[in-house]
Amino acid sequence: MAELTKKGIGGFLARQGILVAFVVFMVGFALANQRFLAIDNVFGVIRSSAILGVMALGVTFVVIGGNLDLSVGSMMSFSTIVVLDLHDKLGPTLAIPAMFGLTLLLGAFIGFLVGYLKLNSLIVTLGMLSAIHGLTLTWSGGKNMDIADKEGTWFSVFGQGDIVGIPMPIIIFALLAVLLSLMLSKTPFGRKVYAVGGNGQAATFSGIPRARVVFLTYLISAFCVATAGLLQASRSLGSQNTVGQGMELEVLAAVILGGASLLGGSGTVFKTVIGVLILGFIQNGLLLIGLEFYVQYVVTWVIIILAVWLDIAAKRGRLWSPIA
Amino acid sequence: MNTQNRKDLLKQGAIWGFIVLELAFFSIAGSFLSVTETAFLSLDNMLLLLQQSAPIGIIALGMTIVMINGNIDLSVGATFALAAIVMLDSLTWPFMQALGDWAIPLSWFFALMTGVVLGAVNGLIVWKTGVDAFIVTLGSMLGFRGLVFMYNGEQPTSHLNWTLVDFAEAQFLGLSTASWFLLGVALILWLLMTRTVHGRNAYAIGNNRDAAVNAGIRVGPHFLLNFILIGFLAALSGVVFSAGTGSVNPNDGMLYELWAITAVVLGGTKLAGGYGSIVSTLGGVIAIQLLRKGLGHIGAGTEVVNLVIGLILIVVLFLDRQLNRKGKEELKI
Repeated sequence: MAELTKKGIGGFLARQGILVAFVVFMVGFALANQRFLAIDNVFGVIRSSAILGVMALGVTFVVIGGNLDLSVGSMMSFSTIVVLDLHDKLGPTLAIPAMFGLTLLLGAFIGFLVGYLKLNSLIVTLGMLSAIHGLTLTWSGGKNMDIADKEGTWFSVFGQGDIVGIPMPIIIFALLAVLLSLMLSKTPFGRKVYAVGGNGQAATFSGIPRARVVFLTYLISAFCVATAGLLQASRSLGSQNTVGQGMELEVLAAVILGGASLLGGSGTVFKTVIGVLILGFIQNGLLLIGLEFYVQYVVTWVIIILAVWLDIAAKRGRLWSPIA
Repeated sequence: MNTQNRKDLLKQGAIWGFIVLELAFFSIAGSFLSVTETAFLSLDNMLLLLQQSAPIGIIALGMTIVMINGNIDLSVGATFALAAIVMLDSLTWPFMQALGDWAIPLSWFFALMTGVVLGAVNGLIVWKTGVDAFIVTLGSMLGFRGLVFMYNGEQPTSHLNWTLVDFAEAQFLGLSTASWFLLGVALILWLLMTRTVHGRNAYAIGNNRDAAVNAGIRVGPHFLLNFILIGFLAALSGVVFSAGTGSVNPNDGMLYELWAITAVVLGGTKLAGGYGSIVSTLGGVIAIQLLRKGLGHIGAGTEVVNLVIGLILIVVLFLDRQLNRKGKEELKI
């Protein structure tokens, strides 16, 4: 199949390939293990993917806007540590808004550097990955952070509670996904994010305030990170300084798997959610059929490359690259 | 042309100027704030610094040539770990133990070949599929780490071979084994990038891929060669590092890719490709290690080190952009 001549099937596969793959995986695992599609297993998977998923929602905005965010993992550690520390000092009612404020401040700083100063987002967020880790260590003094009274606080409701049997993290993830999806697809701001990522110069010429749009994508990302930090802190009520370490690349993998181009201008919130769920269900499915957790790394590797490869192969109309 | 040369000299000199500044600062601040009695600027301390910067340094040098080409490699940390595991594990194979000390070079060969193969896998995928190197190596960062775990589960791989330890701790002309490897790799890569056709073409491809293709340069083989080289060097780094300790954890080498990229960018290499130098990267590596050691010397903890390195990276990026923009505006007039 050197050329994708069959536009009908080939085109559909290219456009909805990730959905098709998702369905194939689900059916395959369901046939291999009865428990896979049991409601408690499905809830369990989505629940444990929720933290990664919430972060991926924000990064989707940044990536569609044509930038990268490598600082989300380190920033999530920061939010978690801060909210746990403030919980005992200010009480949960004040700690949560204070933590959101501080995390948004970090997001605003990154947004200012990338949006208004037009610095390369990869290096800025790489620098911030290290700098925010430093902030976290300074805040905690390098020690693990624990809530003193783990039984008597209502703070655990976000990570451990449920409404009519649906776990809270799933509800928060779903609500945020719907909200951000509407924002991206139905509002003028959403259109501007696509325009800026698709062709920044053209966007500027048509009067779109490029710097402000990029700035806002980083604020959204920081908001999502703060939410993820809240979920993490509330679930475990205690944390290490490195709780989010390495998540930035996993988040990016989920976003790319969802079909967002690193060049910007393409991707949707819905597809990112699919990307997150694929990662979660693959991990779970492989565990259920009796494989070790690390097998998922290799499977994820193959899937990411196949997904992106088929996507661009469909766009250029040939399977192999034209690179001589 | 003349001003261009002067500007290049200024840029390449900047990192060494920064190093001198660091040395002066830490020597002076150290005499007031130091927690120990030893001087910061002693020869022993500087030699130790060179030795400690070797593991990341060797990877960063490889990263430089990949980035000059306009690519990036995020999988080096996993390659590092896998090569180290292959080396230590292969020493325990029955036929290897029969070989006595001759097993050591053979185990190095196996480990380095692992790096070459992993690098070639990355390079071939980038070449043949046309997927961006960032995505390809992001994927293989996960995939290679999976291979690391598959090799030996979650257990650390340990094998103490005293000949190997002696070799790792040996000194020659005052420099330790790791330092010699760092300097040797730097010299060879410098020759490769400045004196060979491959080096010249790599710059050309990174600078303007279309123009390079039009000039008849085959892009793919150069990509492949550079990925093989960085795979080899990541493996070499793993081998040199684990020779001394005799033990590897499956999580070793995580985030090394980010440290290496930080050093390379600090040295002035452009992410977009086409510009950068091996010598400046060596400067970047030393500058970061100096910062770590210096801040430790005046009693600051890891938190300050992380904070300072992150902010310096951003400041360097900002200054670089300002200087370049000024140059362009002058050109317009």
